[in-house]
Amino acid sequence: MNEKEYSEYVQGRAKKSPILKNCAFAFLFGGLICTIGQALNDLYTYFGFEKEISGTLVSITLIFIACLLTGIGVFDNIAKIAGAGTLVPITGFANAVASQAVDTKSEGYIMGVGAKIFTIAGPVILYATLSGAIYGVIYYIITLIGG
Amino acid sequence: MDIFLNYLWAFIVGGLLCVIAQVLIDKTKLTPARILVLYVCAGVLLTGIGVYEYIVSFAGAGATVPLTGFGYTIAKGVREAVNKDGLLGALTGGLGQTAGGIAGALCFGFLVSLVFSSKPKK
Repeated sequence: MNEKEYSEYVQGRAKKSPILKNCAFAFLFGGLICTIGQALNDLYTYFGFEKEISGTLVSITLIFIACLLTGIGVFDNIAKIAGAGTLVPITGFANAVASQAVDTKSEGYIMGVGAKIFTIAGPVILYATLSGAIYGVIYYIITLIGG
Repeated sequence: MDIFLNYLWAFIVGGLLCVIAQVLIDKTKLTPARILVLYVCAGVLLTGIGVYEYIVSFAGAGATVPLTGFGYTIAKGVREAVNKDGLLGALTGGLGQTAGGIAGALCFGFLVSLVFSSKPKK
């Protein structure tokens, strides 16, 4: 093994091991958050809430926890390990909103917090609404043809 | 036993959705914001073609808690609204269903910014 081969080997190893580790942590944390969500869902259903309401309450509960953890500065520490495991669940959306709000406070409540709270939430809401509307139009046309 | 299986599927499906995103982040340099947008749109698409409802039926919160579930809720809301109100539903159905989550995030985010200040970056 010459020097070049060795450096390629090292680079290959160096790149490989973090992605496996990252994926393992993403799986564990993501899975755990979803399992907590399922437990909350069962809890709310047990208390007699309708299925749809329970689902909304689960989202709101997880969002509340994520915002609070963002405020006290714990969320970032967890996210460093969990990676996509905390990003992909609704907690990542909540963290994006809350961290923007906290970070831009010094720029004022209107053009700071008010505008920049949407830095990440804005694109998500825009493209969610847009793709939903496109789906609605297609679905409407299908119902016209089909029915 | 059924309950245990529900939780197991929630864990596995939710975990796998996060692993896909982790691979995308590590391999393609997609920023987290792009991943979130991608996931929401994927959720709408997969619900539109009827796949996501099947996943939700066995994975429960494992499918609804990830951001794809946000897209699922929007697509489902749009479909119900179109059935009820026709074409107008394409605009009214989406955000209505997700209003709780969006308003929650905005209100809690604002409250958090009232109480806490950002810590200096190390």
